[in-house]
Amino acid sequence: MGTISLKKVHKAFGATVIIPSADLDIKNGEFVVFVGPSGCGKSTLLRMIAGLEDLTSGQIFIDGKDVSDTPPSKRGLSMVFQSYALYPHMSVRNNIGFGLKMAGESKEMIDGKVAKAAATLNLTDYLDRKPGQLSGGQRQRVAIGRAIVRQPEGFLFDEPLSNLDAALRVNMRIFIMQLHQDLGTTMIYVTHDQVEAMTMADRIVVLNKGNIEQVGSPLELYNKPNSVFVAGFIGSPKMNFVENNTIGIRPEHIEISEKKGDWQGKVLLSEHLGSDTFLHVDAGARGRLTVRASGENTFAPGTNVWMTPDKSRMHYFDKDGRAIHK
Amino acid sequence: MARKVSTNKKLIITVLAWAIGLLIFFPIFWTILTSFKTEREAILLPPKFFNFEWTTENYGIVQERSDYLRFALNSIYLALGSTFFALLIAIPSAWAMAFAPGKRTKDLLMWMLSTKMMPPVGALIPIYLIFRDFHLLDTRFGIITVLMLLNLPIIIWMLYTYFKEIPGEILEASRMDGASLVKELVYVLTPMALPGIASTLLLNIILAWNEAFWTLALTTKDAAPLTQFIASYSAPEGLFWAKLSAASTMAIAPILVLGWFAQKQLVRGLTFGAVK
Repeated sequence: MGTISLKKVHKAFGATVIIPSADLDIKNGEFVVFVGPSGCGKSTLLRMIAGLEDLTSGQIFIDGKDVSDTPPSKRGLSMVFQSYALYPHMSVRNNIGFGLKMAGESKEMIDGKVAKAAATLNLTDYLDRKPGQLSGGQRQRVAIGRAIVRQPEGFLFDEPLSNLDAALRVNMRIFIMQLHQDLGTTMIYVTHDQVEAMTMADRIVVLNKGNIEQVGSPLELYNKPNSVFVAGFIGSPKMNFVENNTIGIRPEHIEISEKKGDWQGKVLLSEHLGSDTFLHVDAGARGRLTVRASGENTFAPGTNVWMTPDKSRMHYFDKDGRAIHK
Repeated sequence: MARKVSTNKKLIITVLAWAIGLLIFFPIFWTILTSFKTEREAILLPPKFFNFEWTTENYGIVQERSDYLRFALNSIYLALGSTFFALLIAIPSAWAMAFAPGKRTKDLLMWMLSTKMMPPVGALIPIYLIFRDFHLLDTRFGIITVLMLLNLPIIIWMLYTYFKEIPGEILEASRMDGASLVKELVYVLTPMALPGIASTLLLNIILAWNEAFWTLALTTKDAAPLTQFIASYSAPEGLFWAKLSAASTMAIAPILVLGWFAQKQLVRGLTFGAVK
């Protein structure tokens, strides 16, 4: 079992409030992603769940048990750090087995479990190496091995892929998703990358300035963002905002034509991705809009175009940035 | 960035470095040389450099008159003992200051360092009286305590700078892995900081070995280390330069050898943090 609940969790360093008050319920086996811009408090929140950071007030429950004052070692959670945080003086074998050794398991037990984890992670050939002799991707896998070998109640990932190059990042993303499917263990994953959040999460928790802005499935957040902040943060490229930020429309929900439409504009740039083309259009008083067009689109910069937003996909916001659902 | 240094400049710097090095080394060299002279030649003016009658009789006489091994053994006890206890206190202290600093940690570190700014003689009388009343005079335990306290600030500072270089996330990882505070210290921090601890240890052994003020003031016989051994040759009945030199050479030889073999580790330790 691995349910995690936060009740009025509050964190402040002196007079600086990091997390005003956070409430959240995570179900057993869920993959939850904390996402938000840097400094939004997502890592602090994760570290409080881990026990590495004290709560100023509030409570954290794991499996219904109040662990607010329990040290990290007794919470039954594993964590993968952004810097991997491997023990540089230990071999891969000892790195992965360290948690089991701390738990007082027998040598045969440790060897067996480490070998199994290493096999899952393609690390069998590297067990006797030191972390310094491994590549970034291998180190990342050792860090994951160290986390899974203990069969924890839940996994905590603190931006684990941000030090990897783009290709490896995509691979590891899929690997972690596969791992979640195989183990079915609760995972909390922190990232600033909304693409990671969208692709991996069962539920996304969007944080802004320490507040939980919205919690929902990726598609809920995409289709029904409850604020300008969430609307702008989720989705790539970013949602367009017009009429003083009271109306939002995503690039993929605008049709573009040379002949007719609702809004007039002039193409400034086009980004060709092959599958799609993103056109940056100067729409006069409406500002600069991004429009998704087909991959074959060849509107040259300077072309006059007409754009027609899909009215049913428009998002409306009040002047405080809260969504108005019509 | 590589900077171009002209050959001339290099030559001047090299000569200067050697000159300074030799100048610093000269007294030790002279002591060793004098130890192989006869008493008459040792005080000869102008002094002879190499063209004297080489003799090892001073060493024989010194060994006969006072038991070198007993003093040397005390020196070893004091140096190792004070270093051991100092590390036992300094490792957890430096760990706390590096990884869980409070508001006053910086002040505390400065205060500790400030104790090194006081002349030791200022504390001589109270410490002497304490030693007398607790029957610690001329005991190994007593002098080990004093030497430990004496070097503790420097040891904590050195370890603190070392520990500061260790990423906190690694210690946090060990906590997530279920390590208690003690296990974290034993299995993760200490092995990672081993090079730093080793150079701290070496430096402290050297400092404790060479410490003369307190060892001379607080020991007479039972706990007397090699500093007493040397001092006993500058007796009021007259100076015996050759024998004094022989005693000095015998006293510094072990530490000189240790320093020679450990110099790489020591230089690394003393410049740690400054050069990466």
